[in-house]
Amino acid sequence: MTTVRISDDALALACGAEAVAAAFAAAGCTVERVSSWGMHWLEPLVEINGVGWGPVSPARVGEIVAGGADDICIGPVAAHPFIIGQQRLTFARAGRTRPLSLEDFAATGGWAALTRARAMVPAAVIEEVLASGLRGRGGAGFPAGIKWRTVAEAPASRKFVVCNADEGDSATFADRMLMEGDPFQLIEGVAICAHAVGAARGYIYVRSEYPHAIAKLKAAIALAAEHIAPLEIEVRVGAGAYVCGEETALLNSIEGKRGEVRAKPPLPALEGLFGCPTVVNNVLTLAAIPHILSEGGAALYARLGVDRSRGTMPIQLAGNIRHGGLYETAFGISLGDLVNRIGGGTASGRPVKAVQVGGPLGAYVPPSQFDLPFDYEAFAGAESLIGHGGICVFDDSADLAALARFAFAFCAAESCGKCTPCRIGSTRGVELIDRIRAGGKPQADAVERLPQMHNARKAGRSRAEELALLDDLLEAMQFGSLCALGGFTPYPVRSALKHWPGDFA
Amino acid sequence: MNRAERLAAILADFAKVEGALLPVLHEVQAAFGCVDAEAEATIAAALNLSRAEVHGVVSFYHDFTAAPDPRPCLELCGAEACQARGVDALLAAARQAAGERVRVKTVYCLGLCSAGPAARTGDRVHARLDEETLVKLVDAL
Repeated sequence: MTTVRISDDALALACGAEAVAAAFAAAGCTVERVSSWGMHWLEPLVEINGVGWGPVSPARVGEIVAGGADDICIGPVAAHPFIIGQQRLTFARAGRTRPLSLEDFAATGGWAALTRARAMVPAAVIEEVLASGLRGRGGAGFPAGIKWRTVAEAPASRKFVVCNADEGDSATFADRMLMEGDPFQLIEGVAICAHAVGAARGYIYVRSEYPHAIAKLKAAIALAAEHIAPLEIEVRVGAGAYVCGEETALLNSIEGKRGEVRAKPPLPALEGLFGCPTVVNNVLTLAAIPHILSEGGAALYARLGVDRSRGTMPIQLAGNIRHGGLYETAFGISLGDLVNRIGGGTASGRPVKAVQVGGPLGAYVPPSQFDLPFDYEAFAGAESLIGHGGICVFDDSADLAALARFAFAFCAAESCGKCTPCRIGSTRGVELIDRIRAGGKPQADAVERLPQMHNARKAGRSRAEELALLDDLLEAMQFGSLCALGGFTPYPVRSALKHWPGDFA
Repeated sequence: MNRAERLAAILADFAKVEGALLPVLHEVQAAFGCVDAEAEATIAAALNLSRAEVHGVVSFYHDFTAAPDPRPCLELCGAEACQARGVDALLAAARQAAGERVRVKTVYCLGLCSAGPAARTGDRVHARLDEETLVKLVDAL
């Protein structure tokens, strides 16, 4: 009997994988649900004896079973150019294993790193994480080993590991894919971290927009209980607040409070969840740990990458891109390579106008900067950020002024309200962009004309004056906000204004 | 089981959980379609919080609502990646098909960013939407 492998990743389901699987089952095939290879333009992708077809609709199932449908056959999946060009460490199992199969996990090296780590003293585990050069993959890029050491050395009777799976950035989906496709690897990473820092309890905070990831994680934690005991891991579900991806807001949310950002210091590593020392790491950071803690893994990891950006980054190719999906590779690859050579340019076939890197708080990069290497410091030097590794491509129909306005509007909608630059500045920003596009402000408004508004200006403002005001506002937000939401909203706005001033006319 | 018993059962389930408010609110929202003032008061008493604290949390998060909306709901992603794939042009058609019968809610990112425009109905997700498939999706709700 033919065995057909089809992904049960949310993206494959959204593209109709369920109907395709049912059609294969009806045709007498054994259907195996596996994780996604990450070639999203080919989903639903089906694999029979290593050979792939995609995208498959139920109508084509009969032909495929009969050995036909050559027009959508991609040959051996593992040898596809998109796959062989990658260096998959964190996503080594993507497409190859059944997400909730402990048997598949163990057969592909699962639990080996945890067993090895638990045989080591915690300080030695932290040494290996430090040696690997691993930096936090959530966006800030803080060295993971230093954070772990701070928590390990903090005197306290209770400590926690918190996995930040509140992946709210647009154009990012690597956390989701990992939780749905390889949940045991994340659990193993959490368990290694808990051993290293001396935590007895772990939390995984997942956004409510990811129902499939939540279900998979809960099932996986129940299945893995004996492997990770005495550690207990609990899944906590977010409630639709983007700002809870910020680590201190996330901690408040787990504690049952409003997701408001806390002032730092104290650092969460010293006073985090319920006031106890807490490691807060992103899904991709913790999922990289089992590879690093495998025999010789740290040295291999440290050999990859450039400068201070070591190892691999699961990069997410999204938006208007022909070959969208997950591309894990060592740091240092150029943006142009990712967008044009690997991503195949835009899905619409029109020229690329802009690329937003790093989510809604990331800068818009023009094609003239496509030689920028994927590296934390190189991007920071170009007034940009790599964030969580999401790349969102826009074609020439994009209106960058509208996107800059959206950045402010998004910040206004998602601001936690704790600090003034973000709460008020975002709304003033939307108004300013509207006025700049309208050519300025012909006269003072009703409030400004009130006699008690002594300091308000009584005349209108020219477009140039509005632009200067915007610059002031951006500076206030960048340097005055408590967290990255208000602090980084200036990146998309400034870059749009700098590279596409014509769109603001 | 009546409303008060159901609420008491939910609160009993989380009696030993540290920081139980969000899980409790999720259960209450799912059971009653909202977290109203009466539920807030009961939850506050059970968790030894003030009503203001509970209300502050309920009103902070987009997932909790003060009044029920029994209509089916389409959550359409409006984030940058779906904008890049033309979701804005579909919005008018979706709203027209929805009318007053279906609630159309804009959400920011369903994590299907390489295959947008994307939407969610309950726990089902949908990608590569165009006007025709989106209208069909709304009509089927």
